[in-house]
Amino acid sequence: MILPALFFYLFAGVCVASAVMVIVSRNPVHSVLFLILAFVNASGLFILMGAEFLGMMLIVVYVGAVAVLFLFVIMMLDVDFVELREGFIEYLPIGLVIGGIFVVELLLVVFSWVINPSTAKQITAAIPANVSNTEALGLVLYTKYIHYFQIAGMVLLVAMIGAIVLTLRHKAKVKRQDINVQNARTPELAMAVRKVASGQGLQDSDAAEWVK
Amino acid sequence: MSFSSAGYQLLPVLPELVLAVGAMALLMLGAYRGEGTTRLVTTLAVVLLVVTGALELMLPAGKLTTFGGSFVVDDFARFLKVLAIIGSAATLILSTEFLSDPSRRIFEYSILVLLSTLGMMVLISAADLIMLYLGLELMSLALYVVAASNRDNAKSTEAGLKYFVLGALSSGMLLYGASLIYGFTGTVDFAGIAAAVKSGSVGIVFGIVFLLAGLCFKVSAVPFHMWTPDVYEGAPTPVTAFFASAPKVAALAVFTRVTLTAFPGIVPQWQQILVFVAIASMALGSFAAIGQKNIKRLMAYSSIGHMGFALVGLASGTVEGAQGVLIYIAIYVAMTLGSFAVILTMKRNGQPVEQISDFAGLSRTNPMLAFFFAMLLFSLAGIPPLAGFFAKWYVFVAAIKAGLFTLAVIGVLTSVVGAFYYLTIVKLMYFDEPAGQIEPMRIELRTVLAVAGIFNIFFFVYPGPLVSVATAAAKSLF
Repeated sequence: MILPALFFYLFAGVCVASAVMVIVSRNPVHSVLFLILAFVNASGLFILMGAEFLGMMLIVVYVGAVAVLFLFVIMMLDVDFVELREGFIEYLPIGLVIGGIFVVELLLVVFSWVINPSTAKQITAAIPANVSNTEALGLVLYTKYIHYFQIAGMVLLVAMIGAIVLTLRHKAKVKRQDINVQNARTPELAMAVRKVASGQGLQDSDAAEWVK
Repeated sequence: MSFSSAGYQLLPVLPELVLAVGAMALLMLGAYRGEGTTRLVTTLAVVLLVVTGALELMLPAGKLTTFGGSFVVDDFARFLKVLAIIGSAATLILSTEFLSDPSRRIFEYSILVLLSTLGMMVLISAADLIMLYLGLELMSLALYVVAASNRDNAKSTEAGLKYFVLGALSSGMLLYGASLIYGFTGTVDFAGIAAAVKSGSVGIVFGIVFLLAGLCFKVSAVPFHMWTPDVYEGAPTPVTAFFASAPKVAALAVFTRVTLTAFPGIVPQWQQILVFVAIASMALGSFAAIGQKNIKRLMAYSSIGHMGFALVGLASGTVEGAQGVLIYIAIYVAMTLGSFAVILTMKRNGQPVEQISDFAGLSRTNPMLAFFFAMLLFSLAGIPPLAGFFAKWYVFVAAIKAGLFTLAVIGVLTSVVGAFYYLTIVKLMYFDEPAGQIEPMRIELRTVLAVAGIFNIFFFVYPGPLVSVATAAAKSLF
């Protein structure tokens, strides 16, 4: 039993330490990298608890998409993080007060947590025995909850259409690739053989025709 | 894992399926045929909405449920779905001119309106919290995009961004409330919640407060109304007409269904929330509108006030109250669409004019338009014998029968204050010097205005059908 406990303290320790590093490191790129480290360790904690699906999702969604998006944003936008942190000392008291309230709330939750015994009876989809929780999710997601899944798909479709409507601009000067035109190109279309009289060269009008 | 396909019939969702598949087919049509198809896609979208509405009415009578009880089609859902479809279809018709501008020929506009309508239909039929949230997101996400659809205009972009940020915040609150309710009852199903909630524990009340806060945002009720004037003003006018009609129907529908079917055991707990929200909305809608100079901002405050009046009916928590809400929202949609047909007509030299002072002397330059608009404004103010009077009458009678005398009295007083700014516009139109000619009214705007205006003026002659349908719809909730 010592091994899981060791892994728990390893993951938890690294997770907390890297979370601290996210806020204190001066370089924003380092912050994002520490954030990824925190996510990976949190995912390890989930796997230790037996929730391997959540662990994998954390890596796929948060590390694979969200953190990479953060990296892109930080590298693309010229945000001066030193300037952003200027008010740190001024806002410290109010931050401490809010932090203190959170600590008190957390302690209250931890020490007075009681789960209503009737709640467990009302679970609509109990976890079936002898299957991993990924399989258990798969068993209901595409059968019992197919309608939620499909409507969520429609929501994502709207998000995609929205992104295109709001950002795609058809600029006149942009050259687009047209594969049919490329494939239909023949040597006759692409090349022109001209006899060049010596000492005269080609006329501009010939060149213009050729470019076309 | 036991799973049987019993309880998963597709017949009750047939209209939604047709709408979803149709919207995707139109998307393909638009994507492959390019931007020249905007007009065709819009026309087909209106046809698709009409077909969906007809299918909804042709479903077998009575209460149908599917997807394990999380989707319900009852008289209440039928009534409001048809109303939402009418709102969306009328919006598309009102948008023809907006979409014909070469710089804005975006066929996706109609697709987004269709998908938003799909979200509304899911929302109206939702019988559990997950379905509610998915429907709400599908509806809202499309609305955020259409608000910013005039993307070269700073105000339109601002409207879209503001609506998106505040909408995301309200979704967060709604989800927090939903998770609290799930935590305290152990189920997301409305019927299950109703069975589990017999007394208002602090946790449940907390959950209800957050859930209702999220819903109040969607119906733009005070104190979650801040986005409304800016978004109404910034969004393109046809989009504003859309915001003021169909989404309000869906949001009010889910408001009614959640409070009456999920929490019938603790009426006093949510009643006090609704009484506060209703009074605040009616008061703000009346007083804040007085100083407005822009007609779209005025309509925003007017819609805040009207949502307050509709919530008066809901606050009573009775069958009469629910019936009042249904009649109110139906008449409100007609009045709003008619008013926006007039606002869309107001153009000088090809530019839309939005100031209230631009309506001056309209009775001399354009007597028919002025007459219809005056009737709509009288109706919005609630002056008998126009439809708006009956709308208010039903909700106030329900409130009085439920013993909410203070609420009813405050409602009547604020509607008197509200009458002031509606009548100011009528005075401008009839007694002031003309501010210049406006462009001739387009045929589709004429049609919408005529239908809305005639419904509005002659409702008192034959109110039977609407009232009896609304009564049946309200009864199906209890």
